[in-house]
Amino acid sequence: MILPLRLEEVSWGEGGRTLIDRVSLTLEAGASTILLGANGAGKSLLMRLMHGLIAPDSGTVAWRAGAARNARRSHAMVFQRPVMLRRSALANVVYALAVAGVARREREAQAMAALLEVGLAGLAHRPARVLSGGEQQRLALARAWALHPEVLFLDEPTANLDPAATREIETVIKAFDAAGTKIVMSTHNLGQARRLGDEVVFLHQGRLVECAPIERFFAQPATAEAAAFVKGELPWV
Amino acid sequence: MDPGALLRDGLALVGSFDARLWQTVALSLQVSLAAVLLAMLVGLPLGAALAVGRFRGRHVLIVTLNALMGLPPVVAGLLIYLLLSRAGPLGELGLLFTPGAMVIAQTVLVIPIIAALTRQAVEDAWREYAEQLRSLGVEGVRAAVTVLWDTRFSLLTAVLAGLGRASAEVGAVLIVGGNIDGVTRVMTTAIVLETSKGDLSLALGLGTVLMAIVLALNTAAYLVQAVARRRYG
Repeated sequence: MILPLRLEEVSWGEGGRTLIDRVSLTLEAGASTILLGANGAGKSLLMRLMHGLIAPDSGTVAWRAGAARNARRSHAMVFQRPVMLRRSALANVVYALAVAGVARREREAQAMAALLEVGLAGLAHRPARVLSGGEQQRLALARAWALHPEVLFLDEPTANLDPAATREIETVIKAFDAAGTKIVMSTHNLGQARRLGDEVVFLHQGRLVECAPIERFFAQPATAEAAAFVKGELPWV
Repeated sequence: MDPGALLRDGLALVGSFDARLWQTVALSLQVSLAAVLLAMLVGLPLGAALAVGRFRGRHVLIVTLNALMGLPPVVAGLLIYLLLSRAGPLGELGLLFTPGAMVIAQTVLVIPIIAALTRQAVEDAWREYAEQLRSLGVEGVRAAVTVLWDTRFSLLTAVLAGLGRASAEVGAVLIVGGNIDGVTRVMTTAIVLETSKGDLSLALGLGTVLMAIVLALNTAAYLVQAVARRRYG
């Protein structure tokens, strides 16, 4: 167990601009967390800080005490644009397993199981880069899922996909959630936020403005910024 | 004499497997292939390091390499000549006017091409891969090997571009090799000589072989890229 994840007074900036401004937040196991906010609010950056891709300028990002040693393998991330290696879909998952130190003879079976989970078993031997956008994103999910992470970060995973592919991705995410993986996802699709999320973390200009259960966030936003966001974004549902 | 007849004579000479001609062709290929192999040993790691590394002088080195891609072969030849000449710092090796000297000169010409093209290919791939690889926990040598492997077809193009440059240049091998019959005479230097002697049909025959080789190399590069794109995306 690596949760809860605690962020305390986390700040991060670039070129003299503060892009994440003293964010304090605790992520508990169970509830799916949706990061909301306008473009540039800091959703992606905050997720990269949690995932450890960038280090905070100040403040701390800490997994549960005593979990530090193997925490890195227990959380994975799926990016907005999946990056596939120039090899087969199966080999992409096998690669991730190899990096994680899974024994050679077990890799292929585990990779195949992960592909089956996302409905890509039939395309296992296709080159990953010639798959469609939606298939690549499902492959990215399989690659992340193959390691059975405790936490899965998803950075606008359906931003570039059509509605059908988006539905498929959502189905996979729901299955991961049901299997006990903590989902932390950013999205601009408020319908999707409602379908997949339990709680909302709302960011505005790099600051954490509101944390609330999802229904309350949409029905009665507690802050003016959140109210304006919900009002402004709703036509996009 | 009209060019058509000259070309016919030249091709007849090529077709007759004239020993002198094919010896020249063979030496050309040996020298250029050796130079490219040596240049790969330096150029591939250098290009990869420039693509991924962040160190002082990196930008200066990149601009220098890009500029050196256009280094005139005669200038490279002259510099190697000065190094290898009897009075030069490497004069004792006795390499001047040997195929060895020609390999060195062409290596110097080819390294910037391979390094610069490798740098470009690896840097583009790295920009795309870096974050994903870090997310998967891939670091250091493993990350470098992964990116080099994924850019292997672009790297092949870089190597073939280097081979094209080496086999087509004349200035450097002429200066350091001396165009000695049966020792350091290669296709390009032979063409220069035969043209000045007036034996245009032999020059044309050699020119045809040279163009066929360069064309074959470029066709191979193009096909490899096309197949790779279709197969691996």
